[in-house]
Amino acid sequence: MTKGRARWLLLGPAGLWYAALLVLPLAVVLVYSLGERAPAGGYAPALTLAQYANLGSRWAAFQNTLLLAPAGTLAALLIAYPLAYFLAVRANPRWRTLLLVLVIVPFWTSILIRSYAWIFLLGGRGIPALLSDLGLGDIRLINTPFAVLVGIVYGYLPLMVFPIYVSLEKLDKRLLEASSDLGAAPWRSFLQVTLPLSLPGVATGSMLVFILLMGEYLIPQMLGGGKVFFVGNALVDLFLQSRNWAFGSAMAVTLVAIMLVTVTLYMRFLRRIGAARDDTGLM
Amino acid sequence: MQDDNAPISRRKFAEELERYRKGSVSRRHFLGVTGLGTAMAVMAGAMPMMRPRGAHAAELGDRAVLATWPNYHDPESFAAFQKATGVATQVNVFGSNEEMLAKLQAGGSGWDVFVPTNYTITTYVEADLIEPLDLSKLPNYDPAAFEARFADAGTVDGKLYAVPKNWGTTGMAWDSTKAKAPFTSWKEFFDITMTDFSGRTMVHDYQLTTIGNALKYYGYSFNSVDPKELADAENLLLQVKPHLFAISSDYQPPMRNGDAWLTMCWTGEGKQMNRDMPEIHFALGKDGGEIWSDYYAIPKSAPHREAAYALINFLIDPQVNAREATAHGFPVADSRVNALLPKDVLEDPILYPAADLLNAQEFGAAATLTDPNRAELMARFKSA
Repeated sequence: MTKGRARWLLLGPAGLWYAALLVLPLAVVLVYSLGERAPAGGYAPALTLAQYANLGSRWAAFQNTLLLAPAGTLAALLIAYPLAYFLAVRANPRWRTLLLVLVIVPFWTSILIRSYAWIFLLGGRGIPALLSDLGLGDIRLINTPFAVLVGIVYGYLPLMVFPIYVSLEKLDKRLLEASSDLGAAPWRSFLQVTLPLSLPGVATGSMLVFILLMGEYLIPQMLGGGKVFFVGNALVDLFLQSRNWAFGSAMAVTLVAIMLVTVTLYMRFLRRIGAARDDTGLM
Repeated sequence: MQDDNAPISRRKFAEELERYRKGSVSRRHFLGVTGLGTAMAVMAGAMPMMRPRGAHAAELGDRAVLATWPNYHDPESFAAFQKATGVATQVNVFGSNEEMLAKLQAGGSGWDVFVPTNYTITTYVEADLIEPLDLSKLPNYDPAAFEARFADAGTVDGKLYAVPKNWGTTGMAWDSTKAKAPFTSWKEFFDITMTDFSGRTMVHDYQLTTIGNALKYYGYSFNSVDPKELADAENLLLQVKPHLFAISSDYQPPMRNGDAWLTMCWTGEGKQMNRDMPEIHFALGKDGGEIWSDYYAIPKSAPHREAAYALINFLIDPQVNAREATAHGFPVADSRVNALLPKDVLEDPILYPAADLLNAQEFGAAATLTDPNRAELMARFKSA
């Protein structure tokens, strides 16, 4: 009895936190998503699925998000892995801390300021001017999906580097020696020992970056010039410009649902990989 | 002490302009996108040492929050106001009337003074968000000094809710070194965007002007809410979209650095670019477009009402207003202010276009702000 009460008491703060800051707001959004736009904008109570039926009109925003978020995650992974590997395995331990700090340093400046820098770098007088001096003709980068991709990879790279770094840094070097003693070439040791053991870091980093990218607003706004629209941008428009709270809520619910499904599938996929690896390990 | 009432010298004028030019780069975007403007205002208010103390602090309080448009004030006016009254002005910058309305509708804005555009005031009155003005607290307001068309939107059902700040037009600005001939109409604006200027044109991130000017392409009213006419405008905008450089109201930086060659543009900003870079020209559509008038008003929810009246009264003082106008470049409707401005400003063809061009322009209509189809059209266009 007292044991049970103590358990509830201990769960209390966390439970309250979840109820007040997660369940309640989500419930509000869910209820709003079944409503209508008030005549002068805002929310009017109703019980209709009309907002969900209208989701098709924002297909492009979903398409951009569902294409660029995974693409950005993959690109960040491909760049972050070698970097993390170098930091954890190859870098001189004397320099390691300094190098790690250098990865964090950009975080000291707001992403907004850094995105501004990219506006100028990718703008007509930046990289395109350089390329045209090299004889590559009229190349336009700013306000394209490519610019947005550059921005998100740049902005979120450290979030990918650190989890991978941690999993590589923990790696037991004796396993590599064993692999080498047993005659495996370095690349084979990497594929069969290092890579599988760093997968948890890869999974964490990818998940972190992917989830943040799905809700991204700032970078498409700044580097996409209002032309490369994410769901986040469409949402802001619905609440601040067309003031259609009901439709905005329906979009938000849909985004949350898509993320729940993809993240669940991703977890299951990782678990299956893990299981398959354990099986082969036994053979 | 500096004499705030002295007429501005040429040198001072140039300094003001230079400061403005430097400051203008990207501030709209910066503050708008992040809400940093609001954050800074809140932080400044939360830190006692950042709050000034003044002689009249007891009556007026120590601050007033002003919600306004980018590049629309002389920062020195706020310093002078603070010196005179002890009230520090916190400035929040917005990108569209829709956004202002959304913030006020949501409640808790904390604004004391805001700057609505003519066509929005009736909506604020209907929603009971705006305070009728007590003229005894605005001795600097003289209704006789204003042309009716720039002042009458401030009065709704015989009650005065807002006093005029500036007026202007929404035309087009372009890089004349890239254009074969000057632009004269919205038809040309959109046609060239789909041909020679592909990838070089900007339209506002603002339904009123972007949809309105697309409507003018077909010769419809700038304010149309007719479903068929709006469908035509949407068609045009969707056709044009792949050829746009950007959908953004922050057009000065790309225009100045050459990324964009043509943009929808508000008078004062057209003048600013033209002063710095004479090759950037500005014109109105002879087929029509927007003429507007902005007003000072006080929200019902204003936490510092007395300070709000004091701030408005200070800013519409003809001397102060003349200096403001010189700093930001937008025309003033107050004849007392115009009497103080140099002749070359008053004869400037960008700021004061020929009467026949001006007559073709329309004031925004209240229906455009609340019409769900226009709002939805703009949102669809952007996410297309």
